[in-house]
Amino acid sequence: MPKDSGIGASSKRREDIRFLTGAGNYTDDINIHGQAYVHFLRADVAHATINSVDTSAASQMPGVLHIFTGSDFEPIGGLPCGWQVTDKHGEPMQEPKHPVLAHGKIRHVGEPIAAVVAETYAQARDAAEEIELSLTDLPAVMDMKKAVAEGATKVHDDLTSNLCYDWGFVEENKAATDAAFEKAAHVTTLELVNNRLVANPMEPRVAVGDYSAADDMHTLYTTSQNPHVIRLLMGAFVLGIPEHRLRVVAPDVGGGFGTKIFHYAEEAFCTFAAKQLRRPVKWTSSRSEAFLSDAHGRDHVTKIELALDAENNFTALRTETFANMGAYLSTFAPSVPTWLHGTLMAGNYKTPLIYVNVKAVFTNTIPVDAYRGAGRPEATFQLERVVDKAARELGVDPIALRRQNFVTEFPYATPVAVEYDTGDYEATMAKLEEIADIGGFAARRAESEKNGKMRGLGVNCYIEACGIAPSNLVGQLGARAGLYDAATVRVNATGSISVMVGAHSHGQGHETSFPQVISEMIGIPEDQIDIVHGDTSKIPFGMGTYGSRSLAVCGSAMVRAAEKVINKAKKIAAHLLEASDADIELKDGQFTVAGTDKSVAWGDVTLAAYVPHNYPLEDIEPGLEETAFYDPANFTYPAGAYACEVEVDPDTGKVTIERFSAADDFGNVINPMIVSGQVHGGIAQGIGQALLENCAYDENGQLISASYMDYAMPRADDLPFYEVDHSCQTPCTHNPLGVKGCGEAGAIGSPPSVVNAVIDALQSAGKDVTHIDMPLTPARVWDAMQG
Amino acid sequence: MYAFEIERPGTLADAVNALKGEDAQALGGGQTLIPTLKARLAMPATLVSLSGIGEMKGVCIGDDGAVCIGGATTHAAVVREAAAHYPALADLASHIGDPAVRNRGTIGGSLANNDPSACYPSAVLGSGATIITNARDIVADEFFDGMFATALDEGEVITEVRFPVPEKANYQKFVQPASRFALVGVFVAKYSDGVRVAVTGASEDGVFRWSEAEEALSRDFSADAIGGLEVSADGMIADLHGSSAYRAHLVKVMTGRAVVAAA
Amino acid sequence: MTSVSMTVNGKSVSGEVEGRTLLVDFLRNDLRMTGTHVGCDTSQCGACVVHVDGEAVKACTMFAVEADGAAVATIEGQANADGSLSVVQQAFQDHHGLQCGFCTPGMVMSAAALLKENPKPTEGEIREYLEGNICRCTGYHNIVKAIMAASGQDVAAIAAG
Repeated sequence: MPKDSGIGASSKRREDIRFLTGAGNYTDDINIHGQAYVHFLRADVAHATINSVDTSAASQMPGVLHIFTGSDFEPIGGLPCGWQVTDKHGEPMQEPKHPVLAHGKIRHVGEPIAAVVAETYAQARDAAEEIELSLTDLPAVMDMKKAVAEGATKVHDDLTSNLCYDWGFVEENKAATDAAFEKAAHVTTLELVNNRLVANPMEPRVAVGDYSAADDMHTLYTTSQNPHVIRLLMGAFVLGIPEHRLRVVAPDVGGGFGTKIFHYAEEAFCTFAAKQLRRPVKWTSSRSEAFLSDAHGRDHVTKIELALDAENNFTALRTETFANMGAYLSTFAPSVPTWLHGTLMAGNYKTPLIYVNVKAVFTNTIPVDAYRGAGRPEATFQLERVVDKAARELGVDPIALRRQNFVTEFPYATPVAVEYDTGDYEATMAKLEEIADIGGFAARRAESEKNGKMRGLGVNCYIEACGIAPSNLVGQLGARAGLYDAATVRVNATGSISVMVGAHSHGQGHETSFPQVISEMIGIPEDQIDIVHGDTSKIPFGMGTYGSRSLAVCGSAMVRAAEKVINKAKKIAAHLLEASDADIELKDGQFTVAGTDKSVAWGDVTLAAYVPHNYPLEDIEPGLEETAFYDPANFTYPAGAYACEVEVDPDTGKVTIERFSAADDFGNVINPMIVSGQVHGGIAQGIGQALLENCAYDENGQLISASYMDYAMPRADDLPFYEVDHSCQTPCTHNPLGVKGCGEAGAIGSPPSVVNAVIDALQSAGKDVTHIDMPLTPARVWDAMQG
Repeated sequence: MYAFEIERPGTLADAVNALKGEDAQALGGGQTLIPTLKARLAMPATLVSLSGIGEMKGVCIGDDGAVCIGGATTHAAVVREAAAHYPALADLASHIGDPAVRNRGTIGGSLANNDPSACYPSAVLGSGATIITNARDIVADEFFDGMFATALDEGEVITEVRFPVPEKANYQKFVQPASRFALVGVFVAKYSDGVRVAVTGASEDGVFRWSEAEEALSRDFSADAIGGLEVSADGMIADLHGSSAYRAHLVKVMTGRAVVAAA
Repeated sequence: MTSVSMTVNGKSVSGEVEGRTLLVDFLRNDLRMTGTHVGCDTSQCGACVVHVDGEAVKACTMFAVEADGAAVATIEGQANADGSLSVVQQAFQDHHGLQCGFCTPGMVMSAAALLKENPKPTEGEIREYLEGNICRCTGYHNIVKAIMAASGQDVAAIAAG
């Protein structure tokens, strides 16, 4: 019987009630009396020198309060980068200034040049059209390989080149890796592009800045996944506002997928302008503006080589990747192609030697940063594609080749510096074979062929690293922040509980799943427990939600805080029961003296804590509220195996997903319904990357997929029902819940199986096609079929 | 959007009069025009909404058997009301945009805009329909004038479109994956005096008739009849979603499928 | 400015709007009914779907002036009179048909319109009907399942996950 509450129950989401009735409170729903509106004049060229920005006529337009330009921000800090990568020579990366408003130069289409604040949004936009720009166009730096060639136009004149860093990992392994290639019985080589994507949460970004002169208090309402991170970055590095005078609120947020992690110019602007103008200032991005101003994702160009011995054991892996940073370093951009990518290159396999080289490159494009999976999809895609290609070249079964090379003993120290604590890759593969009915594929292929369609089956494995930590290690790797999280468990007098958490919920269902954990620990109903998140004035300093970390890191902090609460409550119960606290047991909301029928209810103990009449005041403080910070000892390592079946229309090249199956190991699962939902959404984004989504520029740096007219978002009729399973569970060994993280798995694990399936379909139909770059649009597949 | 006034006339005469104003523009369902206005790509002083003009709405059957559709008839209404009389046309309408778009978008608005990837122009040209305006009748072959251009004069309003009903017809749409407009759409209609084949989405000149296919299919209405034909990639649209060669290829594939589906 | 009046969820409302005021802006800014969302500017995402005189329309692609005299229904009016969730809303909660909630108002309004037209839609019909509603969170699996369940169909056999 499935449980109906607590850990492991598919509790219905409580937050749904407000979202289903139109009662959500998203940032754009916030309107402050007297607010003004800002419209950003954005660059329509990719690269130019700004000779002048003449706002004189625009300033006279109706309703205009003030027009800000880059020079207004000169005395103020630029947008900071939160991660400094050290290159293969031990030198720090090149780090350009990132102005709030462009100053001196325009470096990408969409870069804000001026900000017009007016009484209405329309007036602001009208006035922006009257701003006179004098620009001198410069050649756009677009192709990464050309960008790092000798003599290339520079995106940043004050840097030595367009190379942000040239990273080798692990540099000491390079010679041995190269030697292993010399000795290989077989080498499979694949060159590929990991296509640039736009995260596209359905809620565009919004910022509302407010300032109270009476108490010198700044408030920013923003669409953020991590309000404390924004407060720290913006307060300390951009605007110079101490934390106690700056409150950042991220209310209901309509999806993030990484792109709402980062600190953006518009947030700093609205906070700054609200004080300057003594008016609340609101910015609401349109979708068109979002395409030009949200950090993009992926955009790697990679060559990967796999060496095998005569028995088809993987002996070495070598990669060279060009990673597009865009024109500036977004908040965590440098970490994505390095520590979130290189460390994952072992995948599920015991390849003994691995060398990863990454060249991060500046181009005249919108900055690129983490998008669902962030580095891990790029690692998984190239590895699982090259393994598949090797199997086809060697004429062996792709599943068998994977199995033969699986890591089977844990803990396992990879040659790329991480240690997998636990896993069972054979179990997830066996589960996949069952749920995907791989045995029945031949019959389904025959049926498709009868209907004139080519059918293919693709599989892949993946490994993910979630809850990036510990802080002292990531500090050595260049992180300029800690990566712990925090929770405060506040027990109220009558026993209900508010838990203030650093993690932010923007679709993940924390308001439902976190109380399940507390409910399980204490034995009181879930509805007695509420989660508070998203407001720096209410929650402890936690790092927010990204990298599938919320439960593994913040949830662990919550458990630790709850343990402290329970320990204290046991002492109070022991006093009330006149027993030793070592003998007190807590079960189903009752404290019992072990081996007796003496008990006291949770609510009586909590009441005693706040009405401490009969209370050991000399030994313990009144009240029942505890905070814990949790800094994980290691990453968690979810893993799994995915299978995709496609039909390809030989006449048009159109690919249809016929079946999609995912067998994941997330360790322990708190709410299976929510976990499945997370996997579904990730799979849809992964299929979107594989078949539909392509953020494309022309050679002049114009974004040509700049709206939903050209950027193909996955729709309901592009996708099937998915078969997902997370019954294979090897609990994480180093966090108290044994959980691993499930938010990104689907997006990481799905693209290779889709592409592998299409290649399988084409090759099985006799087409000599070994690779097609994503997205596998009908046109691209048809082109490939033409040879 | 720039500022403008909206007028909502109740009669065609009032609409035509209102459109004589400076920088006045007709507003059909607005499903293309409103996004255009949001992008500030149009700057009308006045929009004259045609949605309140009862005489321009609905589907009826003319004395000659033609299906007559009022210019302000929504796609959804065409789906409902034309299905019994001209199923291929209703089927085409049922795949324009999405349900909410079909509840607002109108045939007159679509034709006046003549988006090179819109569906309706292929049905009109493929059926040899007649476009009736407040001023005159325009045969389909003389109506479409390249991308986003038509024979309509300023202030001229499409009041009705008359479709002769073919013996057989079918529309095949291969969608552009993002916009869901036609990457290539082919409307094939078989009349007693011959076959018409109209192609949308493919050409830089907008909707066009594929005359070689028409001749071949008029002799033999089967997919095999066009087997030997080739469509030139010259003048075909090339973009992010497909090369001109791909579009040319799809024209033939979709034509074949339309013939099979119609037969 | 033009005066408009209409009913929204059965209640008479009126206001002064510009020609360019969209129905969704009238709802969100003038009436402060912020349940209806705006997720794009090209009329594709469907977060703004409301019913006008019983038909689903995109409130971001219709001028408020054109809704003068109309009966408008929004997400705020979908629950039952006693405050309990409607059949469609309840199915979305039961089957986890929403995550971040931003597309949800449009999804619910489109689903309600579909079920009025087609009380027992197939999976394929649902997917096709949702062509104009984009969700980035759910992968649509549980949305389709929820709509099937709301129509009274047995969804137990659908991959539960």
